[in-house]
Amino acid sequence: MTTSFFHPALIMIIGALLLPLVRGPFRKPYLFLIPVLTFINVLYLSQHPGTYGVVQFLDWELTFGRIDRLSMIFAFIMALMAIIGTIYSMHVEDEWQHIAAWFYVAGSLGVIYCGDFLVLFLFWEMMAFASTFLIWFKKDPESLAAGYRYILVHTFGGVILLLGFVLRYQATGDLSFIQLNVQSPELYTWLIMIGLMLNAAVPPLHSWLPDAYSKATITGSVFLCAFTTKTAIYTLARSCAGFDVLIVLGVVMAIYGIIYAIMENDVRKLLGWEIVSQVGYMVTGVGIGTALAINGTCAHAFAHILYKSLLFMAAGAVIHATGKSKFTELGGLYKKMPVSLVFLLIGGLSVSAFPLLSGFVSKSMIITASFDAHLLWAGFLLTMVSAGTFLVAGLRLPYLLFFNDNKCSPETWDKAADPSWNMQLAMVIAAFFCLLIGIYLPFLYGMLPNTEVAYQPYSSYHLSETLQILALTALGFFLLRKHIKARESISLDLDWFYRKGGQGFLWTVTNPLQWFDTAFGKAYRVVGLSTLMTTSHFWSWFDWHGIDGVVDGTARCVRAIGGRISLVLQRGQIQQTIFYTVTFAAVILVAYIWL
Amino acid sequence: MIVNLIDYLRDRLTTVKYCCYGGIAIIVIWSLTVDTSHAHTWAEKMIPGFWSLFGLGSCAVVIMLARVLGKSGIMTREDYYDN
Repeated sequence: MTTSFFHPALIMIIGALLLPLVRGPFRKPYLFLIPVLTFINVLYLSQHPGTYGVVQFLDWELTFGRIDRLSMIFAFIMALMAIIGTIYSMHVEDEWQHIAAWFYVAGSLGVIYCGDFLVLFLFWEMMAFASTFLIWFKKDPESLAAGYRYILVHTFGGVILLLGFVLRYQATGDLSFIQLNVQSPELYTWLIMIGLMLNAAVPPLHSWLPDAYSKATITGSVFLCAFTTKTAIYTLARSCAGFDVLIVLGVVMAIYGIIYAIMENDVRKLLGWEIVSQVGYMVTGVGIGTALAINGTCAHAFAHILYKSLLFMAAGAVIHATGKSKFTELGGLYKKMPVSLVFLLIGGLSVSAFPLLSGFVSKSMIITASFDAHLLWAGFLLTMVSAGTFLVAGLRLPYLLFFNDNKCSPETWDKAADPSWNMQLAMVIAAFFCLLIGIYLPFLYGMLPNTEVAYQPYSSYHLSETLQILALTALGFFLLRKHIKARESISLDLDWFYRKGGQGFLWTVTNPLQWFDTAFGKAYRVVGLSTLMTTSHFWSWFDWHGIDGVVDGTARCVRAIGGRISLVLQRGQIQQTIFYTVTFAAVILVAYIWL
Repeated sequence: MIVNLIDYLRDRLTTVKYCCYGGIAIIVIWSLTVDTSHAHTWAEKMIPGFWSLFGLGSCAVVIMLARVLGKSGIMTREDYYDN
């Protein structure tokens, strides 16, 4: 059995390494081939659950391939997303962008299949490192700065995570990546949870997400929106299911994200905030931890990757064509980009949980699980957020981009056009799966990890509940739309502390610390330097007259004695010299024997 | 085709508006007839059109919360972080 295991991440890595060698007409088929091979490999592995790729390294047993129902569903969607994302970015000539994206996907697959914390950490850092390049490749100063913030925040998270692993290993001697004891959490449980939850963008560790995703390359953000947060959700579901604190954090996160999304003026930042909000549902699901909640979390992560990537692709098409990303510089684009509008609407209505679309069958599972667990407050607040989601993604986003007054400059308007065939194909695939999940339930529900629970979203009560909320939210939007129009602004968030904190540190260094350094330098020149010169003059005199005098005197003395001795002993007569030498040797010999 | 359809609807905005009002009314009235025995809480069983009220209320709460927060200084000028 072991021989048949070939790690899907390895296909992506080898594919990425060979990519620069594949040029010309072979490039595009190759870009298609590698993710498809990875996907086929994932499908093959899903037919053979078990543990593979166990390697002995020093004292540890490392597991690279744990195939069970939880890892299967996440690997499936990640591999599918790799195909969609690569098709969307097929027009990109720069091979480094593809290499970074594929290493990023490989990191995600590695985390999903790993069986211990050491391998997890390896692939975790590979993800963080590779994804940073997807931001940097945008190559403007803002992206450079955002990339540095991103990698610093993730390095911080990685260190916390590693600390948790090390403390756990010290306490239990165990490295295996399994469910932690969340009923009586130790310090290391908290540290591991915090490290994982930073990647899921759980407040207060969330600000990196909208910041970085809005400044990445257009194709890069399509990858980014899928992998980091959902891989983190997988790890949380694997290790922290039922951790109560996650329920509260998840609900806070869902509300927080949607409020900021309403205030936002940047297209991709709005979508980033909405990821925060939607991942909030999944974090709540993990916190509840029942079989239905975990199923809901997996289903929602699966559906979320598809509709969110569709939204990022459609919004990316607008930015790609116009070069603008602010609502205050766009609008009325339906005349120029009707196809993008349709895809944006499918994505927006999916996230809004419209019947027959993917969000309807996944999101409600988490809400039902919270009601079933008698967490009424969580259930009601999450339902409130789903109204807000429709408001933001289903109404505000298409309204401001495609219908509202045309605020495009003439050049922007001229440039606006539907994207190339490959971008449209990627959107068709994502939109197809959004519909498939919503219409044909066994496709998604058949992959869920807990098979013992059944859930039926298409009950008349659930339909009436959803339709009422959607209809009245639309009415509310129509009445209150003046209040959520786009404004030329940015919203302050918790990243203020490290962005302004960093500036504060710089100020401290350049002002008070620099002043102290200058003053110290002056004082040193005045006081220290002259003292030093005087002291060194003295030592120089002492060296010249004292030490050198003694040394020279000794040398002269030795030379004089030597001269005398040679006058007496070395007269040039060989007999005398032999006599003295033999006598001297005899004296030493006698002295040696007798003493 | 899509553009023509949208333009067609935009030219008849008032009619579209009334159609939407009609649609909302149909949904709300239909919801009154739906079996509520599977509802999560007593409030949904006792209050007719509970989720309609909840939807409208949620929408208003979320919008107003964002507006109040935005005005309180969260929303700021775009070059705030520039030096």
